[in-house]
Amino acid sequence: MNSVFVYCEIEGKTVKDVSLELLTKGRKLANTLGVQLECVCAGSGLDGIENQVMKYGVDRVHVFDAPGLFPYTSNPHTAILVNLFKEEDPQICLMGADVVGRDLGPRVSSALFSGLTADCTELEIGEFDMNVGFDENKKPITKHYENKLYQIRPAFGGNIVATIVNPEHRPQMATVREGVMKKEVLDENYKGEVIRHDVAKYVPETEYVVRVLDRHVEKAKHNLKGASIIVSGGYGMGSKENFDMLFDLAKEIHAEVGASRAAVDAGFVDHDRQIGQTGVTVRPKVYIACGISGQIQHIAGMQESGIIISINNDPNAPINTIADYVINGTVEEVIPKMIKYYKKNSK
Amino acid sequence: MALKIIVLAKQVPDTRNVGPDAMTPEGTVNRAALPAVFNPDDLNALEQALRLKEQFPGSTVSVVTMGLPKSAEVIREALYRGADAGYVITDRCLGGADTLATSYTIAQAIRKIGGFDIILGGRQAIDGDTAQVGPQVAEKLGLTQVTYAEEILNLDPEAKKVVIKRHIDGGVETVEAPLPLVVTVNGSAAPCRPRNAKRVMKYKNATAPAERTPEQAEKLAEAIAAKPYLNITQWGAADINADMKQVGKTGSPTNVKTVKNIVFKAKESKTLTSSDADVEGLIVELLNDKIIG
Repeated sequence: MNSVFVYCEIEGKTVKDVSLELLTKGRKLANTLGVQLECVCAGSGLDGIENQVMKYGVDRVHVFDAPGLFPYTSNPHTAILVNLFKEEDPQICLMGADVVGRDLGPRVSSALFSGLTADCTELEIGEFDMNVGFDENKKPITKHYENKLYQIRPAFGGNIVATIVNPEHRPQMATVREGVMKKEVLDENYKGEVIRHDVAKYVPETEYVVRVLDRHVEKAKHNLKGASIIVSGGYGMGSKENFDMLFDLAKEIHAEVGASRAAVDAGFVDHDRQIGQTGVTVRPKVYIACGISGQIQHIAGMQESGIIISINNDPNAPINTIADYVINGTVEEVIPKMIKYYKKNSK
Repeated sequence: MALKIIVLAKQVPDTRNVGPDAMTPEGTVNRAALPAVFNPDDLNALEQALRLKEQFPGSTVSVVTMGLPKSAEVIREALYRGADAGYVITDRCLGGADTLATSYTIAQAIRKIGGFDIILGGRQAIDGDTAQVGPQVAEKLGLTQVTYAEEILNLDPEAKKVVIKRHIDGGVETVEAPLPLVVTVNGSAAPCRPRNAKRVMKYKNATAPAERTPEQAEKLAEAIAAKPYLNITQWGAADINADMKQVGKTGSPTNVKTVKNIVFKAKESKTLTSSDADVEGLIVELLNDKIIG
């Protein structure tokens, strides 16, 4: 009871990385709280699925295996979590902030009347004093809570960071994007319990209302998450044509191309290359920020890069404050020079 | 067969264009410096709604928004672009709502409107990026949902079914869902049509009661009596039979503990110029240190 739960998202028969990252984080939170880590695996043909998750330190794996549970649709997966959580009363539930988690999380939180915070960048345990009114001397009366989940996320276009707490409702729910937390196997031989549930008890037949007629999932066109060098462009690239210079530079130095949200919104590049709180989080060895001003929502997704190089004609661009090298100049001037001198010196 | 279509829209501060004056000297967000705009994804939802209206003559598109009285601006904008009616839900007691309390309030308003076939909204609003209100409204109304929709491919009013193309991680999916239904539409879906000049003329004086000064109210009274569409319906918590425990701050499980402004921890950085010598020097340094290969 009162465990930390992670909803494991399963593509076919493979648990997604974001879920494994959350298991790693969930294990740490459970240790802090002195409770068990449990997870939910719902899908079709899940024999042996526990082998993918147990080693992250899962004490109980709840398996829901039925033909209608893959591909994911909203209602059956909601019914599983809502009915299971009514029995188990978890204190925390984490899920990936991707299409499935952002479809499922709000429905579950609405059904259970629990708070949900989207796209958290940090999760911590701490105490909370809530103002519950004022006494006769107009001094605030506070109620003290221990061991609450701090759900920390940038807000308001990334200009502020808010810490959200849901003191009175369970489970405290949060979604986190892929790559934000680190994935670490705890123990290859970790022994937890596997519970295979009778799906029909949790999901009435009437919940299978959406039919998936057709589905195409392609491997990502790039490997931003695993790239050791990233060349990333912002609104300061000025045009799609200029942005394409970054692909030339990336090709030379064996890098991947990323972008800020402003560059994506301006149509310079596809949205799947967006780095930041609402995009991908990356930790390359080298991050070359070209014409990126550095809103916190972008910084949140790249601040753990090894070496940060900022190319910007605005010497006061916020990103310069976290850069190791700042090149004051226009991208049109600097990027061709980088290509030229890389070619000249790399042999 | 005519459809009753509801569009959920939100007026949001334009966080895409945060300038240097967006923060006050005390370090709080200066909302006044940010223009209020029609949430971008909600315009994509409106376009899908207007396409359905064209496809099924006699259909109506009603826009629902919750916010300050001023948020009736998004209703007017929707009327200019082809919507038929609008509802502004505004009440002091609704302030401080998180997504759950907001969803409850909107769901109550939709219940009061009643008789709908499909509810469309943007995938998410740019001030919070949570994408939570659509699915929560669906859950509150006991409906299913299709999120991340790209296009409504086919709607069959007799069979009460709709086929929708949606984005999923790394791909696309086509799903068939029953009506009534909540659909949230991506910003990458078809852009909304522009204002129609005739409709601007027709609706430019359409206002919600809370927007009008007493003088304006007096001036408009006759016009509204003759043309009832100039009155944008305004509802408070009592009008939608809201349970006061589920609205506003009270109905919000989430609490903001702290808000802090971002202060970058400055690193010791080397500043270079764009001269050939500086750029070559950097490349050579990175190559020598085997930082790039």
